[in-house]
Amino acid sequence: MEENIIQVENLSKSFDVSSKEPGLKGTLKHFFKRETKSIEVIKNINFGIKKGEIVGFLGANGAGKTTILKMLCGLIYPSQGKLSVAGNLPYKRRSSFLKNITLIMGQKQQLIWDLPPIESFYLNAAIYDIEKIEAKKRIKKLSDMLEIEKELYIPVRKLSLGQRMKSELLAALIHNPNILFLDEPTLGLDINAQNNLRKFLQIYNKETDATICLTSHYMKDITSLCKRVICIHEGSLTYDGRLEKLLKKISPVKDILFICKTDKDAIELSNSGFIIKNQNQKEITITIKKESIKSTLKKILNKFEIEDLYINEPPVDEIIGNILVKEKV
Amino acid sequence: MFNLNKNKLITLLKVQYSNMLEYRVEIALWAISGIIPFFMLNIWTNNNLNESINLSNLMLSRYFLSAFFVRQFSVVWVVFTFEEDALLGKISPYLIQPLNPFFRYFAQHIAEQITRFPFAIIIALIFFLINPESVWIPSLSILLLACLSTFFSFLIQFLIQSIIACFCFWTEKASSIERLLFIPTLFLSGLLAPVISFPEYVKSWIYITPFPYLIDFPANILSGNNTNIISGFFMQIFWISVLFPIFKRTWFLGTKKYTAMGS
Repeated sequence: MEENIIQVENLSKSFDVSSKEPGLKGTLKHFFKRETKSIEVIKNINFGIKKGEIVGFLGANGAGKTTILKMLCGLIYPSQGKLSVAGNLPYKRRSSFLKNITLIMGQKQQLIWDLPPIESFYLNAAIYDIEKIEAKKRIKKLSDMLEIEKELYIPVRKLSLGQRMKSELLAALIHNPNILFLDEPTLGLDINAQNNLRKFLQIYNKETDATICLTSHYMKDITSLCKRVICIHEGSLTYDGRLEKLLKKISPVKDILFICKTDKDAIELSNSGFIIKNQNQKEITITIKKESIKSTLKKILNKFEIEDLYINEPPVDEIIGNILVKEKV
Repeated sequence: MFNLNKNKLITLLKVQYSNMLEYRVEIALWAISGIIPFFMLNIWTNNNLNESINLSNLMLSRYFLSAFFVRQFSVVWVVFTFEEDALLGKISPYLIQPLNPFFRYFAQHIAEQITRFPFAIIIALIFFLINPESVWIPSLSILLLACLSTFFSFLIQFLIQSIIACFCFWTEKASSIERLLFIPTLFLSGLLAPVISFPEYVKSWIYITPFPYLIDFPANILSGNNTNIISGFFMQIFWISVLFPIFKRTWFLGTKKYTAMGS
């Protein structure tokens, strides 16, 4: 059996947070005697990720997704538990490990603001001990893939958010990392830029067999890139498995829109004991359990005069939105 | 993380120099703002204070011009930049690169010094126009020794501020600790007065601290004033070798506490 490239066992992380009561009294009290309490933001989490997998981390704001990514890439120390990424303890931040990974944060940038991105690329190439000729080749290849050849020589401050994000991606990938940690990489991008970025990540994953761990609030990022998702709720793992299975599990129903031929059929259909989601004259939407679709459809089509029908999946955003606030999936 | 090879260093310097050139007006202003030694020279000569320390007007003016030069090439501000970057989580992307982020700041400082150089020369030329009797050309060996001691002075200040900057991992306002050092640096470094002018009992302990080796020692070398070059360099190297391991340890312990706030 293939070994996991990322292995997490009983991982926990706590932060010390000081609290202050409002008002002058609270301020004075806070000045003389600061009260801090330890908040456990990650609670005893276990999972493993195989090489080449793209895994999406789902959770509401503050659930702990980004904290997990930060621990996986070695940015912060875990409070408890075991953690191994490509055979390394990430928090030791050994050069050999750092040359193998990258972290892209949608809201943070590493490019030098007043210089064209090409300067930051060559700087990163030097930091990762990449020869100039090789760096040139990689910049050419990645800029072709990301379609940012023209933007390489324009100061970063003059680039659009999308162009900047693509440049950030190039800077983060110049050393050909095997493991990518992406924290909301499409944040603030328009739909076209989001699509291009997703396509690029798919190609990169296919070409290099890189492992990708991704958090995003855009469900399209998750649904188009990740076959597997890990759901986090208040620091605890609530689901780890295939996205498809999760959607089936969470949403075992489909919505079917029937367009009846006559008003009489519409009235009779609405009074036949089905779960009516919507009704608009001759158009009736009925929610039906996935396992009984065939028999229910047969029954309705035999009994009523139906002009047309449409089968709809409930929107993924809606389903996942419900998952995010659940303690158990 | 502390491995800096030639290629990395040259690329870092090139990139940071390009970046600094974007701020040439600001750098010209910073260079002008460093003219405190000239004010001090004025106070000293107008009040004949130099007579008490047996230093001629000429040597005093050369001393303060040298102090101006040393100051120009040893100014350090890493604590303020690092504090902002650490508190806003800007150092996160650099922490997961195989190069200690302090090398970036180090390169920024060197690049800024190179950018300052022409402005400092212009200010010196103006000084010579006003005080033509002060013109002197130091020998090559004196110039090299002065450059080396100025670089060591920069290293000492950079290490002190870097250690303080690492306190950002524990306290959010590490720069306030740096302010505690501002007063002794100002008075004991030789920026306001040559250390030779201090009473004997004060001098005896000042020379144990790193302060007189920041301005006074390199300025004395450059201006040709009497100074013990061997003991001066010995003390500079001593302080660098004491401060560097402290910085490494503080960095190691501090990054353990890093919470990547703001990201």
